[in-house]
Amino acid sequence: MGVEIEVEGLTKSFGKQLIWGDVSLTVPAGEICVMLGPSGTGKSVFLKTLIGLLKPDRGSIMIEGTDIASCSERDLYEIRKLFGVLFQDGAMFGSMTLYDNVAFPLREHTRKSESEIRDIVMEKMDLVGLIGAEGKLPGEISGGMRKRAGLARALVLDPEIVLFDEPDSGLDPVRTAFLNQLIIDLNAQIDATFLIVTHDINTARTVPDNIGLLYHKHLAMFGPREMLLSSEEPVVRQFLNAQRVGPIGMSEEKDADELEAEKDQELPPLPPIPMQQEPSNGIPRRSQRAPGEWCRENGVTPPPGSFEPNMTMAVGG
Amino acid sequence: MSTLTSSRVLAPIGTAGKLFAFGLDVFRGLFRRPFQLREFLQQAWFIASVTIVPTALVAIPFGAVIALQVGGLIKQFGAQSFTGSAAVLAVVREAGPIATSLLIAGAGGSAIAADLGARKIREELDAMMVLGIDPIQRLVVPRVLACMLVAVFLNGLVSVVGVAGGYVFNVVLQDGTPGAYLASFTALAQLPDLWQGMAKALVFGLIAAIVAAYKGMNAAGGPKGVGDAVNESVVITFMLLFVVNFVMSAIYFQLVPPKTG
Repeated sequence: MGVEIEVEGLTKSFGKQLIWGDVSLTVPAGEICVMLGPSGTGKSVFLKTLIGLLKPDRGSIMIEGTDIASCSERDLYEIRKLFGVLFQDGAMFGSMTLYDNVAFPLREHTRKSESEIRDIVMEKMDLVGLIGAEGKLPGEISGGMRKRAGLARALVLDPEIVLFDEPDSGLDPVRTAFLNQLIIDLNAQIDATFLIVTHDINTARTVPDNIGLLYHKHLAMFGPREMLLSSEEPVVRQFLNAQRVGPIGMSEEKDADELEAEKDQELPPLPPIPMQQEPSNGIPRRSQRAPGEWCRENGVTPPPGSFEPNMTMAVGG
Repeated sequence: MSTLTSSRVLAPIGTAGKLFAFGLDVFRGLFRRPFQLREFLQQAWFIASVTIVPTALVAIPFGAVIALQVGGLIKQFGAQSFTGSAAVLAVVREAGPIATSLLIAGAGGSAIAADLGARKIREELDAMMVLGIDPIQRLVVPRVLACMLVAVFLNGLVSVVGVAGGYVFNVVLQDGTPGAYLASFTALAQLPDLWQGMAKALVFGLIAAIVAAYKGMNAAGGPKGVGDAVNESVVITFMLLFVVNFVMSAIYFQLVPPKTG
């Protein structure tokens, strides 16, 4: 049914360098969230902290009453069985075939017979469209296939929480669109909590229920998709609309001179908010909200042209 | 500034401590079930397959060199009948464990470091931990045990091949008599020599595997990091093994008095 992740005051630094500080957010059960941020803001570090691969300096991560940041190694291995994680390059075990890779968690954690394992593995392989490639080694297939195989392995233990580390990096736009559709369909099917780390704004604009933005060593904003897409907050607006004008510079922050120079520049108008991508069978997901609902409830006028079907997905300016 | 210097000076101690802590983790993983028998057998077979032939090839000249050196020296003393004894003593006590350690560290350890390092940078180890499996128990413990097992067998191999090589050189090139060579075996050598050789090999296998696994699992910075990890693991293992060899020899001489021929 999905599990809630409650992050409170999380701080992480490597040596003297602060990665991000005081991050607090609640990932609601069963919903799809996207964590965005410019390159190098520690999105992947955040993901690794959530699964306990890295220990935060301060703060807590509560999942089903267990604090991942401070629990024992034994509890950590136990709680990780709730997770499915898709790593950036799939992280398949190079010495095993795709079939053995996907079967690996089942063989290690369950006492299922080989024929039961076969049924489950084939079901997951079918889900990600890899039937026929079971016998291949991870080195013999394309990056997109490796990602899908990694997804199949992440799903094999029926996780309550699925984390995606840049599912769209290194994929072409068509494959990215297919993968996004797969993510939506999966959420509709298994109702797990999804957290996607990415910097692809098309994904961020159309897939999730909630968006978070990590910027300049803190969580700039976290909330429903429509809240961020209609936000006038400079950082959020610049990033979600891929603009050059705004506080984010090429390397890190822009300095005072640069900001001064752009002070009088007219900000381009907010582009319309696109429709959220729907499950391919047309039945709405449990956590899906009607388009424009948040805007109406909070008295926000969405940018003109929002929520029109078949609107252009193009952003920028 | 002073804190910077002190932290630099103390850094090696920190690394040594981490290595030791890793060793303790491995020791704890040893008793955790289920034991990975398949992985253990695969690794033992793999390490044996990459070390047997080089070890045998190293052992022949090792035995021969000892026979040549000692043979020449002993002739001047007029004690040719002790050549065999000296060869056995040198090969079983020192050359066996040393040659074993070189091969275990150079061939087995580097393979372990490279394998684990590649898994580390491909995030396979992270993936494994996330799947709720402890890589130390799943991957490292079987490798350490396999390394120890193979090291003991290799030590036996070196002893046999080394003594045989010495025999051939002594008899064929130095005109020694086969009977004298064989008969003098027990003049100086004794059974505890064999035990200490095996004990050394066991410890060398342990150290080589733990250093290699530690370095591999802490590889960082992409493919170059794996190369560095392999390189460092071999160098560190060599240094440790020679020190440990000296210490174990010294202890052995205290515990077991040399036989007086």
